[in-house]
Amino acid sequence: MPSFVITEKCDGCKAQDKTACQYICPHDLMTLDREKMKAYNQEPEQCWECYNCVKICPQQAIEVRGYADYIPLGGNVLPMRGTDSIMWTIKFRNGALKRFKFPIRLTAEGSVDPYAGQPQADYSKIKQPGFFNYEAKKA
Amino acid sequence: MEKETCTFSYCARPEVVEHETDFLIIGGGMVGCGAAYEATVWANPKKLRITLVDKAATDRSGAVAMGLSAINTYMGGNKIEDYVDYVRKDLMGIIREDLVFDLGRHVDDSVHKFEEWGLPIWKKGDDGFSLDGFQAKDAGKPMLKDCKDDAERESVVVRSGKWQIMINGESYKVIVAEAAKKALQVNREATGVAQNHFERVFITRLLLDANKPNTIAGAIGFSTRENKVYIFRAKAMLLAPGGCVNVFRPRSVGEGMGRTWFPVWNSGSGYAMGAQVGAELVQMENRFVPARFKDGYGPVGAWFLFFKAKATDSFRDDYCANPEYVADAKKKYGKYVDAMGTTIRNHLMMEAMIRGRGPIMMWTNEAMDAISKTFKEKLGEKEGAKKVKHLEAEAWEDFLDMTIGQAGMWAANNIEPDKVPSEIIPSEPYFLGSHAGCAGFWVSGPGDIPGAPAEWSWGYNRMSTVNGLFMAGDTCGASGHKFSSGSHAEGRIAGKSAIAYILDHMDFKPTLKEKVDDLVNEMYLPFEVYEKYKVYTTSPNHISVNPHFIKPDQYQKRLMKISDEYFGGVGTWFKTSKTMIDEGLRRLQLLKEDANRLAASNLHELLRCWENYHRVITAEAHARSILFREESRYPGYYYRADKDFIDDDNWKVFTIAKYDAEKDEWTLSKRPYVQLFGK
Repeated sequence: MPSFVITEKCDGCKAQDKTACQYICPHDLMTLDREKMKAYNQEPEQCWECYNCVKICPQQAIEVRGYADYIPLGGNVLPMRGTDSIMWTIKFRNGALKRFKFPIRLTAEGSVDPYAGQPQADYSKIKQPGFFNYEAKKA
Repeated sequence: MEKETCTFSYCARPEVVEHETDFLIIGGGMVGCGAAYEATVWANPKKLRITLVDKAATDRSGAVAMGLSAINTYMGGNKIEDYVDYVRKDLMGIIREDLVFDLGRHVDDSVHKFEEWGLPIWKKGDDGFSLDGFQAKDAGKPMLKDCKDDAERESVVVRSGKWQIMINGESYKVIVAEAAKKALQVNREATGVAQNHFERVFITRLLLDANKPNTIAGAIGFSTRENKVYIFRAKAMLLAPGGCVNVFRPRSVGEGMGRTWFPVWNSGSGYAMGAQVGAELVQMENRFVPARFKDGYGPVGAWFLFFKAKATDSFRDDYCANPEYVADAKKKYGKYVDAMGTTIRNHLMMEAMIRGRGPIMMWTNEAMDAISKTFKEKLGEKEGAKKVKHLEAEAWEDFLDMTIGQAGMWAANNIEPDKVPSEIIPSEPYFLGSHAGCAGFWVSGPGDIPGAPAEWSWGYNRMSTVNGLFMAGDTCGASGHKFSSGSHAEGRIAGKSAIAYILDHMDFKPTLKEKVDDLVNEMYLPFEVYEKYKVYTTSPNHISVNPHFIKPDQYQKRLMKISDEYFGGVGTWFKTSKTMIDEGLRRLQLLKEDANRLAASNLHELLRCWENYHRVITAEAHARSILFREESRYPGYYYRADKDFIDDDNWKVFTIAKYDAEKDEWTLSKRPYVQLFGK
């Protein structure tokens, strides 16, 4: 289900410090055409349809069209990812609609303080089971 | 064909950046994030430098990039011995039980940390129904870390199976990456290093030390964003670039080639690069063929375990209980059939399919009907209907959190799971060591598990047979069923252990054997080849019919065809034999030679050239291992049609594969299996 970019909506992230979809795509597929200042998916048959480009696009310019191999036309699945939850709109080929909202995180983005209140390393235990903060279970 | 060399006569020489560190982590998935988190604490007081290299953006790299709807390994109130039993049964009797037990006793802390960092975990409500992460928080349900004991933890989580707990996991990786990035930042502050997190750098090859035999010293990679090559030197290294996808021709071969079950960017880089420096591989004959919703690859676990849906053939026969299939399977595979592990269920499903009794259907509609009836009986019409609606959302979330394409597949086909059933099918082979598979490297165990042979531990937990080179997640073999949480925990185990190794070898100065220029020439050869020959034909780049070179997508298709037809892919119902593998290996050898003619017109294609070369080495390790093992240990995943039985007398052993890159030779051997638990 490769991603595609809607020409009219994409502004090449020209006001941002980086092209969002190009930054996030795990397989290096989203790429910016610098002449047109528009992004596109350069190798759709290696697209995992992970939707990370769709979720991150500040212009909501990216959607997904079902793989030509086997998906009938007409359906669509679109996310709106907020700071703590995500809203999905699923449009069926026959026009039926479903909407769902799910939590995505319980803390503010960027607020993770992973060593707060955690112990220091005890080097006498470096070759023993357990983590710096956790004794391995016995059974 | 004449060998090509890169002299930079045609393409531009890249800038070379040399970066020295102490602990190099290759891969920013769950393993890499876990390793960075744990190792930082042990490294900082000693001023040891940690560096993480990721070919993608760590927020969304690795197998959890899309998200997950469940954490599949959480001990909670379960016994760790039972976990070992379950893993052994599902992996057909041959696992490193010391590694599996070790993982089980550590994994829960990683899960507790995920929740503390912000991952919403479902909790059981007072009425017995499940609450999502928000509802649980509002209802004052405790966080797992704050529960008084494992019994309480077990009582609050929502289990979808004995080992799985449900989560709202769309941002799972983002959250875990945030902690890892903070860890790297803390390490930078402690050591004064300006940069220790390299995104969009793809490592192509590991490098051994010039002076100390069999010891890792560095790695070389390139930026997929600018004309820059990176050479890393390190005292210890964790190799965690994931498993391997797209070696076998997938069921969809057009645009849908990337809609694989495991992430398509898992290119076997770990298996190939570790093999190339001589690390011993184990169980590389193992593969995983997941049975999933057809085409979309949506997960079936929650449907089977949580919603209690049944799957049958199209004549409503439960193929797993079919007396004819089961009796025949028992004749060939003996007692292993009784455990009804994933392999055997695949096998029995295909028994129905080859008799023309497909498609195999999952009766999602009947499961939803049954649940709806129970709810309404229990709660009355109105309240029951509300709970059913919540349940429907949960069913869709299962897809939307981790396999969004399956939701698209259903929407485009007008499939509503509460109204009609859906087709399931065994997909195509994958290599991995973290999920329901056990391909990977032979590593040192923890050394403290009673009964484990002394030779299973050589001082540093998760270190491979190459000094200083550690493995975890998909690269740590003979020990599957780690999943996301276990991979994070195993990354932590390996990270801690790598720091212990470095502290014992502080005087070691990694020195590269190879000349930097030679390495750079080798890496950029596909550019040189492309630029040299691109005008020879009129064929534009996206078509590239040219007798002088092969583009990476063409190369990948050639590999897929060989693997599918000769090594037991979907085209032969996963069946192969000695004679078929021999012919496949002959063809594979020519493909290996043609790597010298791989051509790249841009950095993305250079990435794809090297990824596919790694896939070829992985495919060879697999083919040689199934050739060596003269039985069919994993029916349902692959069959040696000439040895279609399980032979415990001769083959209840580990298969070790070792590659000599200089001679281009593989050595295969057996190593004894020892059962430690559940006797």
